[in-house]
Amino acid sequence: MASAKDIRRRIKTVKNIQQITQAMKLVASARLQKAQSRVHAARPFADKIQEIIAHLSASATELHHPLMEVRPEKRIALIVIGADRGLAGSYHTNIVRITQRFLTEHQHQNPRLFVLGKKGAASIKRLGPLLEGARELPGTDVQFVDIRPLSQMAQKMYTLGEVDAVYVIYTEFRSAISQHTLVQRLLPVEPPSNDDNNGSATEYLFEPAPEELLGSLLSRYVDTQLFRAVLESVTSEQGARMTAMNSATNNANEMIDRLTLSLNRARQAAITTEISEIVGTAEALK
Amino acid sequence: MAASFKLDIVTPNRLLTSVNDAVSLMAPGSEGYFGLMAFHAPLIAELMPGELRVTHASGLEEIMAVSGGFAEVSNNHVTVLADTAERPDEIDVERARSAYKRASERLASSAPGLDVERARLAMLRAAARLTAAGQPVRG
Repeated sequence: MASAKDIRRRIKTVKNIQQITQAMKLVASARLQKAQSRVHAARPFADKIQEIIAHLSASATELHHPLMEVRPEKRIALIVIGADRGLAGSYHTNIVRITQRFLTEHQHQNPRLFVLGKKGAASIKRLGPLLEGARELPGTDVQFVDIRPLSQMAQKMYTLGEVDAVYVIYTEFRSAISQHTLVQRLLPVEPPSNDDNNGSATEYLFEPAPEELLGSLLSRYVDTQLFRAVLESVTSEQGARMTAMNSATNNANEMIDRLTLSLNRARQAAITTEISEIVGTAEALK
Repeated sequence: MAASFKLDIVTPNRLLTSVNDAVSLMAPGSEGYFGLMAFHAPLIAELMPGELRVTHASGLEEIMAVSGGFAEVSNNHVTVLADTAERPDEIDVERARSAYKRASERLASSAPGLDVERARLAMLRAAARLTAAGQPVRG
């Protein structure tokens, strides 16, 4: 049995760890709130751009654009939005697992891989092939302009025919305790469905011509899609970290309770031994 | 009182403005500046980097710098989707000035492999910010 001194030392260690996890939890929940409000703030833009594309395709019939062209998928690209840092529970492992599964399923299409996030890039490199580009995530306050270059590059690869589809792995944010990692096709673009005012299409004026306009709109639409995926992922990461650190703090509490109990037992045992030694000695002296 | 329309200016980061009392809007279209007033015909237009000028019913005029985007008009409701949009007091003049200088130097250098279109857009964006902030743009 460990001596009382050892147990005291362990309690102190656990308390120190608990302080750290507690602090990390607070930081994560503050960041989570910020990130959540940004997901919220990005929504009107994304909704509106979908609406405009729907209006455009409703009033100008038979629009085609290279970004919408569906081809047999011989070569594909995959963008993984990974974790930037560790200590976020199963967030990172989930992403790696889904990525691994995707790569095995699509190995005949030689996926070209691009990874966002330091932590993600490090482990995905180990999965083997074809990591072409890794970038750091600029953290919780990632901006639209930070994401555009990557989106533009994906669109270029697609229009030049280097790849026939682009997929994104990101983590959808449902709530602080529930996140869902999933695969989504970024390109070719699936034109947003026109749910409102079907049939009674308004006659729009276009500047420039509809084809050109559609090109810029779709390109911007892809940018927003990717941006939204990044925002959701960043938010999920904070949510996952907050939950993980919360349970770490609780576990530390339990552990301290258990250690305190064995500390008391050890102390009691020491006292008992001491008393029986004294009694024994007194008995012997009679 | 002049007829007014509803105006929303949205960026991926935020809803910058949402007003009901806009009387006119000047916007940088892909083929030059255009003006919108109440009950304009339905329109979808691409925007270039430039200044947005909004006149409110009160006569107040607001200027904002945008770096490209789209505008849609339907049912007396104008929506501007901008990549970025800033009010004059949010503009980092120093940064815009140095961006302007950098872009114009790059354009003048005619180095091989120069992305002319990108440099030109960067220059336009910087110029738009400077003008909106009321700063002189030196050519």
